[in-house]
Amino acid sequence: MIPTSEAVRKVPTGPARRGPIGQEPARVAAGQPGLSKGMVTRNGREVHIDAAGVYYKTLNEQVREEIMQGATIVVLDAVNGQRYIGAGISGSEVRLIVNGVPGNDLATFMNGPTVVVNENAQDAIGNTMNNGLVVVQGDAGDVLGYGMRGGRIYVRGDVGYRVGIHMKEYQDQTPLLVVGGAARDYLGEYMAGGELLVLGVGCEEGSVTGSYVGTGMHGGVIYVRGEVAPHQMGKEVGESPLVSGEGERVEELVRDFCLHTEVDAEEVLKKPFTKLVPVTHRPYGKLYTH
Amino acid sequence: MTETTFVRPEFRVKIDREACSECGRCVHQCGWEVYELNAEGRPVPDHAKCAACHRCVTYCPTDAITIEKNPLAYKESDSMSPELRKAVWRQAETGGVMLTGMGNDKPYLRIFDHLLLDACQVTNPSVDPLREPMELRTYLGRKPDAVKVEPGENGAAPRLATEFDPQLKMDTPLMFGGMSFGSVSLNVHRALAMAAQEMGTYMNTGEGGLHADLKPYSDHIVVQCASGRFGVYAEYLQAGAAVEIKIGQGAKPGIGGHLPGEKIDEEVSTTRMIPQGTDALSPAPHHDIYSIEDLRQLIYAIKEATGYKPVSVKIAAVHNVAAIASGVVRAGADIVYLDGFRGGTGAAPTVVRDHVGIPIEIAIAVVDQRLRDEGIRSRASIVAAGGIRSSADVAKAIALGADACAIGTVALVALGCHVCHKCYTGRCSWGICTQRPDLTRRLDPEWGAERLANLLNAWSHEIKELLGALGVNAVESLRGSRERLRSLGLDKETTEILRVKPAGMGH
Amino acid sequence: MKWADPRNSAERLTYTEEAPERILGNCGLMGVCDESGDRMSGELAVRSMASMHDRGNGLGGGFAGYGIYPDFPEAFCFHLLYGDEAAREDTEYYLRSHFTVQGEEPIPTCAVKGIEDEPILHRYFLDVPEGRLEETRLSAEDYVLHAVMDINAQIDGAAVASSGRNMGAFKGVGFPEEIGEFYRLEEYQGWTWSGHGRFPTNTPGWWGGAHPFAVLDYSVVHNGEISSYGINRRYLEMFGYRCTLRTDTEVVTYLFDLMLRRHGLPVEMACRALASPFWEDIDRMPEEEKELYTALRMVYGSALLNGPFAIVLGMAEGMVALNDRIKLRPLVAARDGSRVFVASEESAIREICAKPEVSWMPRAGEPVVAKLRKPAALTQEVGQRND
Repeated sequence: MIPTSEAVRKVPTGPARRGPIGQEPARVAAGQPGLSKGMVTRNGREVHIDAAGVYYKTLNEQVREEIMQGATIVVLDAVNGQRYIGAGISGSEVRLIVNGVPGNDLATFMNGPTVVVNENAQDAIGNTMNNGLVVVQGDAGDVLGYGMRGGRIYVRGDVGYRVGIHMKEYQDQTPLLVVGGAARDYLGEYMAGGELLVLGVGCEEGSVTGSYVGTGMHGGVIYVRGEVAPHQMGKEVGESPLVSGEGERVEELVRDFCLHTEVDAEEVLKKPFTKLVPVTHRPYGKLYTH
Repeated sequence: MTETTFVRPEFRVKIDREACSECGRCVHQCGWEVYELNAEGRPVPDHAKCAACHRCVTYCPTDAITIEKNPLAYKESDSMSPELRKAVWRQAETGGVMLTGMGNDKPYLRIFDHLLLDACQVTNPSVDPLREPMELRTYLGRKPDAVKVEPGENGAAPRLATEFDPQLKMDTPLMFGGMSFGSVSLNVHRALAMAAQEMGTYMNTGEGGLHADLKPYSDHIVVQCASGRFGVYAEYLQAGAAVEIKIGQGAKPGIGGHLPGEKIDEEVSTTRMIPQGTDALSPAPHHDIYSIEDLRQLIYAIKEATGYKPVSVKIAAVHNVAAIASGVVRAGADIVYLDGFRGGTGAAPTVVRDHVGIPIEIAIAVVDQRLRDEGIRSRASIVAAGGIRSSADVAKAIALGADACAIGTVALVALGCHVCHKCYTGRCSWGICTQRPDLTRRLDPEWGAERLANLLNAWSHEIKELLGALGVNAVESLRGSRERLRSLGLDKETTEILRVKPAGMGH
Repeated sequence: MKWADPRNSAERLTYTEEAPERILGNCGLMGVCDESGDRMSGELAVRSMASMHDRGNGLGGGFAGYGIYPDFPEAFCFHLLYGDEAAREDTEYYLRSHFTVQGEEPIPTCAVKGIEDEPILHRYFLDVPEGRLEETRLSAEDYVLHAVMDINAQIDGAAVASSGRNMGAFKGVGFPEEIGEFYRLEEYQGWTWSGHGRFPTNTPGWWGGAHPFAVLDYSVVHNGEISSYGINRRYLEMFGYRCTLRTDTEVVTYLFDLMLRRHGLPVEMACRALASPFWEDIDRMPEEEKELYTALRMVYGSALLNGPFAIVLGMAEGMVALNDRIKLRPLVAARDGSRVFVASEESAIREICAKPEVSWMPRAGEPVVAKLRKPAALTQEVGQRND
């Protein structure tokens, strides 16, 4: 079935025409670049910003501006998909409330403030976070707390893949990540320090975590409420009994989490926790030769 | 011999007399009896006998021995090398065919060394083989083009409704190539069998039959049916995991083999089922295969006799290898084993070993492409052998289209072989290709098995690292993906035959 | 809702030359299917993609819609991109020689700032002429497939964007919302829509290189890069497919055509072949299941899609979304009444469905399947053609 007319003709390539520089639209959807700011209402040190249709760059500039002007509570309404909310902000007295689903990289590089999300959240929360608190009152996505060095991330619901990847401690900073529901595969991958808890509220036994839990782990500790089957554990990790004082620590962490997420602490504490720690600090010692 | 030979020694043995403690160990260790103790008890070497196998060097307790190339100067000639001159002198003396062992050592283009692998960056993440799953599992055998899936009853899970031919399951795409008991010692076979079982892969009996001691490992042994049919009988065929019909061998395509009667001791005799002291001659062709339909007949004869075990056909890489392989597959083979011109041997005429056959890289490429062009690639798996030297070679062979690689020479090197090329003498100081009991006992099979398993383990890890860098987590995603190779410094025709782009071209 | 030109101050170049090398894309995608067969405006897909603007770089966007041509439900609708009039002449000659042309017209578009140098865009409603199938001994679908591959491979400057029944692919160089406005997608009604925005990393976009990649009734939008492309392509070539559109997504479309239409695999099984479970998990399955999955991997090993991906497949029966085996790309799903949504970000779903009844994260390698109820009855529908 070969075409029977003159088939081979090269497409002439003239100089590419360039379009004129764009103009600002009056109103754009949230994902669209634009300069129009969100409407602001102020009430002393509390500020509300209507984020509907506001481009992330503009929105975050507004947030930083308000904080610089002295706002300690910033409420963002009608958020949907704006990225980098809370990126790089400092100051432990600052509280950011997000009503709506924030975009990726929430609280990335954050250093002190509190961020509360009253909805589901997306991927890459608390990327390389140094300090502060993030509370998500719904589910969250993949790669949460990547490289987290301090502070706390609490997710009331389920989370995705590679959560708590490469969390690390430094001097007196210890990161903490608590998941109220279930987590998927590669939980705590490469973990080098810190504490990771998965509560699995409402989950079936054995499905609180996925596979490859703690793969590559070489520091820190993971507490899973319920059982973890051997085939679910990464090869660098092993089960270890809680030592004296640890039970109290876990209880403390659970109660603080439940305070922020309104999960029933008594119900959670009824079930015992499995503790997972790295079984060697140099898991790859015998792998190489020369 | 009483006449003075023109062939001067290739090596010179140097003994550091101050270090030498005159323990006499070198005298005992050398299989070629290089050393004699003189009246004062000092070891005196006969340089002409030295094969540079380093047995004495390794075991000298005071490290007093070294072997040097004989620094004898020859008038240079690029064309008429000293080696060629020596061959003429030797042949004039003896009227004989020059014999050698191991694989082609001449400076032909090493194509593997001109192929480079890809790595992923930015647009595609590399995969971490130490922390995330990385799969090397390979099944050799005939596969259908599609599968029928039946819905389960009463909402149960769906079921497979297609029949499959039997497969050879491998935990890693590496196996041991065929080396006969007779060319190598029984301890070598024991070591190979134990390592194959440990690592979830296979060894191959070669054409010398299956010794009774290896029966416990038979699920990991491919039994060979070669032209001499040594040791081939029903129970033997049924014992192995698969049967291999050996048509040719990369080191000596088109010619047969000859194991002299002196080497047929009691064990070899029992295993090969021939009388002690008689010669074991392997004819060049199977005398029941003069044309392709004859091969089909033999393949199905074996299948009938074994209840349809997988049948592999081993062929040497020659000019017409693509067409031959296509014929072999259509004749019913489940596996095509390609042996390239660098493959090793216990004994072969030098002129055949060094001048006949083609590189395995090209053989894989043309066979894989030809089978795809004909739409029959899924009917048989391709195993590539003949000069596979490292895990990088394995990865490149797989990218060119091989399902798995087999190692022969390298397996022996792991057991202590120093590639001195003197296998045909039957006096291997390392106890590998010899039948002399005083030499064969030098190789402890369990020690050997551990070394072979270590080697397979190390190469498997290296392949995983390469796969990870390539951004894939299963070996079948590299298999046949020539897109992941680039050539460097190859001429245009070769890159076209290989269907590999030159470095610099993007995706 | 019309989009004004959403530009920032960076200048943007557009090219229409065919990229000489394979174009890689990383990006954002969405899909929505109303299982009841009720049709939705294309504006929904466009708005959802607009909210993921920053996943792309403006060098590619596109959409596929199903149920959009109720006046020609049985005809194969070819959407063509032509670099020049010569390509159009050649292609029309070919189409007229091999098909009966029920209808043809330029694809309606409108001027949008930022969409420059568009190719000539034309659509044709085609039937296979009487007797041609007996002559060639092909099924209607294989006949059409051959025609599509002939045009793509042999007519310079012509690319078939889609060739299915009662569906079409609309794509080009631009942000997806710009492309959506350009093709006036708000004027179409369909029961399934998918959308895509690209971030190509090789020489900038060629209109034919944008997603979706569609052939027959299958369309694929894809986020990620296929590192097994080399062997996927060679595997398909054994079955007669020619990969000419220079992006790795093309193999995904052909693999689905092979496994679903030609091999008759159930779509869930085809997805399990493309994103197979690991051997260690297969080894733990009950015996019958283990046998099935081992067989799938043995036979379809060269079809395994390795590398990060999230894909949305549109088909006559509905819509399927799938992640790679270790979930390296994001994908979120939701259901609200009879509507099933998928997208790279949850916010893209919330943009067009504020509070879905249920939302979830699909697992690695597990497909999200939306199946139309009574698809046969829907093709009988006669309505106004949207202009």
